[in-house]
Amino acid sequence: MKSSAFRKLFSLFSSLIFLFLFYSPAQGAESSAPAWFDKNRVNVFIVLALFFAFVIYFINRAQKGKSLFVRRIPGLDAIEEAVGRATEMGRPILYISGIEDMDNLQTVASMIILGNVAEMAAAYEVPLLVPVCQPFVVTVAEESVKQGYAKAGKPEAYNPNNVRFLTSEQFAYASGVNGIMLREKPAANFMFGSFYAESLLMAETGFSTGAIQVAGTANIHQLPFFVVACDYTLIGEELFAASAYLSKEPKLLGSLKGSDLAKLLIMIYLVLGVLFVTFGIDIFLRWVFVQ
Amino acid sequence: MVTDLNTAIWNTLAAFLTFCIFSFLYKDNPFYKIAEHIVVGVSAGYFAVILYWNGLVPKLWNPVVKQGKWYYLIPGLLGLIMWTRFSKKYAWISRFSISFYMGIATGVAVPLYMQNFVIRQLSSTMLPVHFKNSVGFFNLLIIVGVLCALIYFFFSKEHKGAMGSAARVGIWTLMVGFGAGFGLTVMGRVSLLIDRVIFLKNYFTSIFGHIL
Repeated sequence: MKSSAFRKLFSLFSSLIFLFLFYSPAQGAESSAPAWFDKNRVNVFIVLALFFAFVIYFINRAQKGKSLFVRRIPGLDAIEEAVGRATEMGRPILYISGIEDMDNLQTVASMIILGNVAEMAAAYEVPLLVPVCQPFVVTVAEESVKQGYAKAGKPEAYNPNNVRFLTSEQFAYASGVNGIMLREKPAANFMFGSFYAESLLMAETGFSTGAIQVAGTANIHQLPFFVVACDYTLIGEELFAASAYLSKEPKLLGSLKGSDLAKLLIMIYLVLGVLFVTFGIDIFLRWVFVQ
Repeated sequence: MVTDLNTAIWNTLAAFLTFCIFSFLYKDNPFYKIAEHIVVGVSAGYFAVILYWNGLVPKLWNPVVKQGKWYYLIPGLLGLIMWTRFSKKYAWISRFSISFYMGIATGVAVPLYMQNFVIRQLSSTMLPVHFKNSVGFFNLLIIVGVLCALIYFFFSKEHKGAMGSAARVGIWTLMVGFGAGFGLTVMGRVSLLIDRVIFLKNYFTSIFGHIL
């Protein structure tokens, strides 16, 4: 954490101080002009700055070749198992990236996992079907799949017709995916991303076709359906950890380790906050209050 | 329910498509395929029109043509170069739009996630613990549950020993939450089914009520 990492951290903090000093704060209700800096959210700003500092530090460590341990995530091991099963059965793999657009972080994480799944599919020479719900996601999914095939050394095996736009309407999309499950009989279904009421419709249909199913979402209200209908489920943050675990990319591993350190600090802060609140002191509580 | 011939025709179509979709409960069949293709096709076409009227016209055409805000052409150009994907030679140009959109989306989403899923949750979990009444005890349960669930999502250490036990409590806490969520959502889904059954009942009453 000398030289370049130090420079990065220094430039980050100096930029933050610059922003803090030079942009006037919001003047309250009487001001109608948009402000550059919202003083009510200084706490969000500090937490983010700390988080980014941790991430940069760990990315730097990973790039220097220092080993960063990440525990085994059972649901992710199942991905390769599912791809292997599809190869044995000679049937395609179905990848569903949720119904949200690219402005949802779960979709972003899903696209990274899609790249890894595409790489495995290319290596095993199994067709990979990607029905997509949002027009913009189609382009990103095409890029991810194409890169996955290129990484596996088989760019010519990429079939653009397998990344398909169905419709942006939630239940129409679900019925379209169900149709693919029933007619193309994929041996493995992957559902990673942001899902809503369509989650059970798709997971249940996939279960009825006998496909091995691995799902992951951070939408808490849909997790129960994946837990009951899928063979493996990535719960919440495991979805975001999946991309780092699968790719072993220094940047992603660094982000994962950075978020772990942030979690540790959050736990310590929470314990301290609870202790103080119990004794009637709300200093910790006030600091995390967001209007 | 049926007031005129026009409504009767549309309601008949709606009832027919409802049965087509329900036929999926038996197995995949031509009726389900018809309904599926209609709903996918109609919704795709519908959304194309929605995007035109809610996106292109008010966010590009009107600002540029009616208000003279020429700089709206920049995002317009970014949208336009997405069409280069149809050319193998120039498809790489569309990556500018993709990276721009993903950069903006991530930049907006990260602070929002931090604010709503970390800081707000943190302040809501800072509850006083006491044993004067059940509230203080339940507060303790919430805090222990949150801490153990956080430990479950700790990826830098193996879940062994004390950490493994805490992670197990964490996953139990999550499963209890999932169970409650499952029950609640199933109730919601049953109410959707009830709504459809009421629609069918009203439809049949209005069509065949005078015969029965």
